Amino acid sequence: MPDNRDDGQRTRVFTRRAFIKGAGAAAAITSFIGGPTPPSAGVTRAQSSPTPASGAAERLGPDAATIVLTVNGKSRKIAVEPRVTLAEALRDHLGLHGTKLVCDRGACGACTVHLDGNPVVACMMLAADARGHEIVTIEGLGAPDRMHPVQSAFVEADALQCGFCTPGMVMSVAALLSRNPAPDMGEVKRAVAGNICRCGTYPHVFKAALAAAAKMRGVKPPGERA
Amino acid sequence: MNRFEIVTPLDVPHASQLLAAPHHAALAGGVDLLDLLKQGIAAPTAVVNLKGLRGMDAIEPDGRGGVRIGALVKLREVAADPLLCDRYAAVAEAAAQAATPQVRNLATVGGNLLQRPRCWYFRNPDVKCLKKGGERCYALGGLNRYHAILSGGPSFIVHPSNLAPALIAFGASVKLAGAAGERTIGLEQFFILPKADPARENVLAPGEVLVAVTIPAPAPGARSTYIEAREKQSFDWPLVSVAAMVARGGARRVSDVRVVMGAVAPIPWRSHEAEALLRGAHLDGEVAARAADAALKDAVPLSDNAYKVPIAKALVRRAILRAGGIEEPG
Repeated sequence: MPDNRDDGQRTRVFTRRAFIKGAGAAAAITSFIGGPTPPSAGVTRAQSSPTPASGAAERLGPDAATIVLTVNGKSRKIAVEPRVTLAEALRDHLGLHGTKLVCDRGACGACTVHLDGNPVVACMMLAADARGHEIVTIEGLGAPDRMHPVQSAFVEADALQCGFCTPGMVMSVAALLSRNPAPDMGEVKRAVAGNICRCGTYPHVFKAALAAAAKMRGVKPPGERA
Repeated sequence: MNRFEIVTPLDVPHASQLLAAPHHAALAGGVDLLDLLKQGIAAPTAVVNLKGLRGMDAIEPDGRGGVRIGALVKLREVAADPLLCDRYAAVAEAAAQAATPQVRNLATVGGNLLQRPRCWYFRNPDVKCLKKGGERCYALGGLNRYHAILSGGPSFIVHPSNLAPALIAFGASVKLAGAAGERTIGLEQFFILPKADPARENVLAPGEVLVAVTIPAPAPGARSTYIEAREKQSFDWPLVSVAAMVARGGARRVSDVRVVMGAVAPIPWRSHEAEALLRGAHLDGEVAARAADAALKDAVPLSDNAYKVPIAKALVRRAILRAGGIEEPG
C-alpha cells in the first residue's frame, strides 16, 4: 500500500497545493470575520456515531460525525458532515488527491474510484454512504515505483496530455480488465464511455488498455510483431 | 449543498413515516438527489437512506410468469441480468444505455423512474419556473431544443427516464408503500402530465416509497428493443428514445404491440395510434413507416425542437422493425 501522504502536512516542503490550501484558508478566515455566514465549524464538533447494529435506525449529522471508510485496504477514520461526498472525503480529509474533482456532477469521470471492484463516480456518492464498502483509489492501484500494468501501459502508450482525466481513465480500464481480461476495442470504448478527456487522447487510451490487457495475460500487445 | 442529517430507517414502514415529514428526501443511489442538492433545487433537513432496506435489491421471478425488480437494483444489474436480457430485451437495453458505467454502478431502478427532469430552467437555481412554484415555463419562448413536442403545457419538460418507456412497453406496474399500506399501480398511470400538476411528474404521495417494479409475462413470441438518438455517442441524455415490443402470431401478423417514446413528452409517451395501426397488420417497412407517422401526427414542436419529429419517426420505424425481427434494408 502506498504512503498516503497529505501534501504540505507531513512535510514542510513548499508545494503548489499547500500554497493554494493556505490561500483558501486565508480567504475563509476573511469571510468568517466579514461575512454573515461563517464556514462550517468542521471537525471540531465531531461526535462519535458508530455503525448501527443491524435493524437499528441511525441518525448522522448534520454536524460532523466520525465515520470509518475502508480505503486502499486500510480503515480510515474521518470526521465529516453527512453532506460531504466521497470525492471530497478522499481529497480533503484523506489527502488522496489522485481522485480528481472536475464537473462534480457525475458527468466527466475524473473522480472514478472502485467501490467493491466496480467503477463509480465518487462525486455522486455521500462519504457516509460508502461505509462498509471497499474503496480503491488510484493511489491504491499502484505507485510510481510499482505501477499497475494499466498505469505502465498509459505511460508507454503516451495516453495522456494534461493528465487530469488520467486517474479516472486508469481506474475505468483497471476495473474492466479485472472482470474481462481480453476485451475487444468496443468493450474498451464502452468501459471508458464515462471518462471525458478534453485533450482528446482517446486513441492512445484505447491502445494502452489493449496493451495492458495483453501484458496481464502474458501475450504480445496487439500490433506488435511476433 | 445545505446541511442535513442522514437517517437510516428500520424498515419500509419506518421509511414511509420518515418521508412523510416535511423537508425529508429519499436517498437510494443518490445520483439525482446529489445533483439536486448541489444545485440547491432540493434542500432537505434530513435524507432518508433507503439503501439498507431489505427485499428491494433483487431481480426475481414474480411467481406468475413475470419478473419483480426491486427498486434498489442498480442499472448495471438490470443491463446484465440474463432473464431480462432474454425475455425483456428492451428493459436491459434501456438500462445499458443510461448514463455512464460509473453512474450505472450507483444509480437504481427506483431512482431512474423518479429522477427529476433535466430541463435547464428547472435545474437552474436562479430560475423560479412553473415547476418550482413560479409563474411560467421558460421553455415557451425560451431555449427549448430539448423540450417536449407532444402533450406539453403548461410545463414543457420531457421525462428523462430510459427505463420507463421500456417497462411500459411490457405493461409494468410499480408497488408503492406508504402509511396507508401498499398499492400497486400501472407504470403508465404512475406518471402524470403537467396539466394535472406542473410541480410533479408522478403520483407518488408524500411518505410513499417505490418498492419494486413488476413486469408481467411477455406475450407469446414477443420481442422488444430500445433505441435512442443522442448528440454525443459515448453517453448523453436521449434527444428521443423509443421502446417497442412486437409479438407476431399466425401468418406472421402482429398479435400484440406497444410503442413508447421517451424524451418527447412530459411523461413516457405511449402511442396508441401507432399500436392500433400495427395490430393485426402484416409487418413490413411501409406499415412501420405509417405507424411512425401516426405516432407523431399530434406533435406540436416549439421554436427550436422541430428536429425531434423526423428523428422520432425514424426511431419508431426502426424500433418496430427491429422488434418485429425485420432487417431494415440499407
